Amino acid sequence: MDSRFCGNDRAFMGMTKMKKEPIHPRELDAAERAKGFDEVCLVYTEEQALQEASRCIQCKDPACIAGCPVEIDIKKFIAQIADKDYKGAYFTLREKNNFPSMCGRVCPAEYQCRKTCVFTKKDAPFASEKAINIHFLERFVGDYGMKEKLETPAYIDERLSKFKIAVVGSGPAGLCCAGELARRGVKVVVYETLHKPGGVLRYGIPPFRLPQDVLDVEIDYLKKLGVEIRPNIIIGKTKSLDELFEEGFSCVFLGLGAGTPSFMGVEGENLCNVYSANEFLTRVNLMSAYKFPAYHTPINVGKHIMVIGGGNTAMDAARVAYRLQMIKGIEPSVTVFYRRTETEMPARRLEIEHAKEEGISFEFLVQPTGFIGDDKGYVKKIKALRCELGEPDSSGRRRPVPIKGSEFEADCDEAIIALGLKANQILIEATPEIKTDKWSDIIVDKDTMETSIKKVYAGGDIVGGEGTVIEAMGMAKKASRSIIDYLLKQ
Amino acid sequence: MKILAKEIITKTEDTTITRFKVSAPLIAVKAQPGQFIVVMVKEEGERIPLTAVDKNEKEGSIVLVVQEIGFSTKLMGTLNPGDSLYAIAGPMGHATPIENYGKVILVGGGVGIAEIYPLAKALKEAGNQVITILGARTKELLILEDEMRAASSEVHITTDDGSYGKKGFVTDILKELVSPNSPSLRSGPLAEGSRANARGKLPTPNLVYAVGPIPMMERVAAVTKDSGVKTVVSLNALMVDASGMCGGCRVKVKDEVKFSCVDGPEFDGHLVDWDELKMRSKVYADKEEHICKLNEHIT
Repeated sequence: MDSRFCGNDRAFMGMTKMKKEPIHPRELDAAERAKGFDEVCLVYTEEQALQEASRCIQCKDPACIAGCPVEIDIKKFIAQIADKDYKGAYFTLREKNNFPSMCGRVCPAEYQCRKTCVFTKKDAPFASEKAINIHFLERFVGDYGMKEKLETPAYIDERLSKFKIAVVGSGPAGLCCAGELARRGVKVVVYETLHKPGGVLRYGIPPFRLPQDVLDVEIDYLKKLGVEIRPNIIIGKTKSLDELFEEGFSCVFLGLGAGTPSFMGVEGENLCNVYSANEFLTRVNLMSAYKFPAYHTPINVGKHIMVIGGGNTAMDAARVAYRLQMIKGIEPSVTVFYRRTETEMPARRLEIEHAKEEGISFEFLVQPTGFIGDDKGYVKKIKALRCELGEPDSSGRRRPVPIKGSEFEADCDEAIIALGLKANQILIEATPEIKTDKWSDIIVDKDTMETSIKKVYAGGDIVGGEGTVIEAMGMAKKASRSIIDYLLKQ
Repeated sequence: MKILAKEIITKTEDTTITRFKVSAPLIAVKAQPGQFIVVMVKEEGERIPLTAVDKNEKEGSIVLVVQEIGFSTKLMGTLNPGDSLYAIAGPMGHATPIENYGKVILVGGGVGIAEIYPLAKALKEAGNQVITILGARTKELLILEDEMRAASSEVHITTDDGSYGKKGFVTDILKELVSPNSPSLRSGPLAEGSRANARGKLPTPNLVYAVGPIPMMERVAAVTKDSGVKTVVSLNALMVDASGMCGGCRVKVKDEVKFSCVDGPEFDGHLVDWDELKMRSKVYADKEEHICKLNEHIT
């Protein structure tokens, strides 16, 4: 592309060189932000958005779009930003993505659109620094839409308004499916087990990454579209799937999520203050345990907190733990144990960077082998082995191989296990006729997202295991199209 | 979620047990003996597991019996008819398999008596000979005696201080009832298959079911261990979501880690790792004390 600027005007060269540097939005100072739960990453200013948008070379055959699970017309929305047509950019995004403000904040863009961006080096494990910051631009536009109260127009189809659809679960998949259907005029009721809607967006992702009011805006928009949200109802317990059909729902969409925490099965794992990341984050995010005793759910905060795992949940847990130590006036000490190296960490690069900036320590190539407790049953030490990287495994990442005789112990009065999540089982157990795979995920027809039960569709983490918010939404959209097709045939 | 009625069953210097009738139409249809529900008293409250002791489908109500023991239950005690709970969800967990076991001994300690009450009714209806052992610290804390008498074929009562019934613990009576040398009941160790010919009133219990404080359930399981009588306990581990998502309620059962909320709450008492359960149940003891002290003026 440098050939485009072959002139001899040095000043012009200098300016374009400057323009080419990736633009980072302002972030709260690391030392300050770790004292609370305020959002770390600020939104681009208009000027920053324009500069970043102008870095996009508008490829003739844009590869970024293929990297997006819902195939947002990235090229177009960036061009619209460059033209200061933010409203247009918003609607371009909304055509494919119901929640740009949320995805702009939580999408692991460096593994998706930014990885396929032409500026990313070939065969890189994740996006290069130079790749266009598509996620920051998406957030800029999403937040613009939120601020300007732009609403995606509903395309009410009179033929659909007589139908009622039940959505089970109010996480990314459920909310997306509800929105897609409601905008076409279908009456939607969303059932949620917990007392507040949002699923993992509410209980899992901490407010410093996704402020709860961003989620609330999206949910309020759905309510305005006529979506009814019914919390405190467990489908499979309070009502069965059959009963939903008896009540007159034409179809059911299952966005049950992957909420069952995995443990390691090592000695001492049930000692007090060994938490699953799900429990730890739910206590803090959903139940506001960091405001105890004004809020009544307690949480224990250790002096040496170990977080086990290398994904986004591990990063969230580590950064929440660090903040709790700051709030409680404890000298912060949070260490992440990961059995591979930083390169293989599945977490977003930005989260890893943020965690480091805030003061989280990392121990790579270590594998916990157990915990030692005190006489009251509280964890006091962690035992682990050092590893080296061996041959690549089925995931393509090099497998960690424990080094013989490398066992060591470290002080640890609180441990948080963030080793992945499995399917939520309540509805599946209550509905034996629904077919599942060996991981207990629901099996669907890939083209329609219909399960083995007619008129029951599924999407999100309950299909195919843990994925991203945007992947869940992609599946939910596909399911909503199948549902509409089905309804129109009735 | 509205509280329809409230009755203080008993109140002593340090213990209050209250019965609430709460509007919960969907739960009233579904709740089965053995299951539990989750309650949040206020928006800033904890999610606490409680048992639906009784229900009225027609009225759409359930009955909760609550001992004001921790902050959240004390806070619940401040609510009155007309007030609403912030959230109520359920029923959670597995229901007790109700069948004709023959002779069943139900052991209830303290507020656990309220929890065995729906079970006693269901088991009696299923044709079982229901023998109940009720235990309380003192006479005033013995709850639901009349109801339990109506739901049981035989009722034994113990109080720690001897103020009512037999002085001692529920396990003193249980020992007599399951012991092969018991003068009142001659029986041998439970043989496999005896459930099949359990048409009449067998001298040996075919099932012991206990709900109460953890140490009581542990002692019950210890008493029946040698006799081999199947002993089911209903665990009240600490929980957050109660839907299998947090693992806070994990309990070791025969070396396997189970979640009380979705795998239980009932487990084989002979296989539960009681020491671990006791330890885990105290993980927030200091915080509980702190929040209780802080709020003495309102509770």
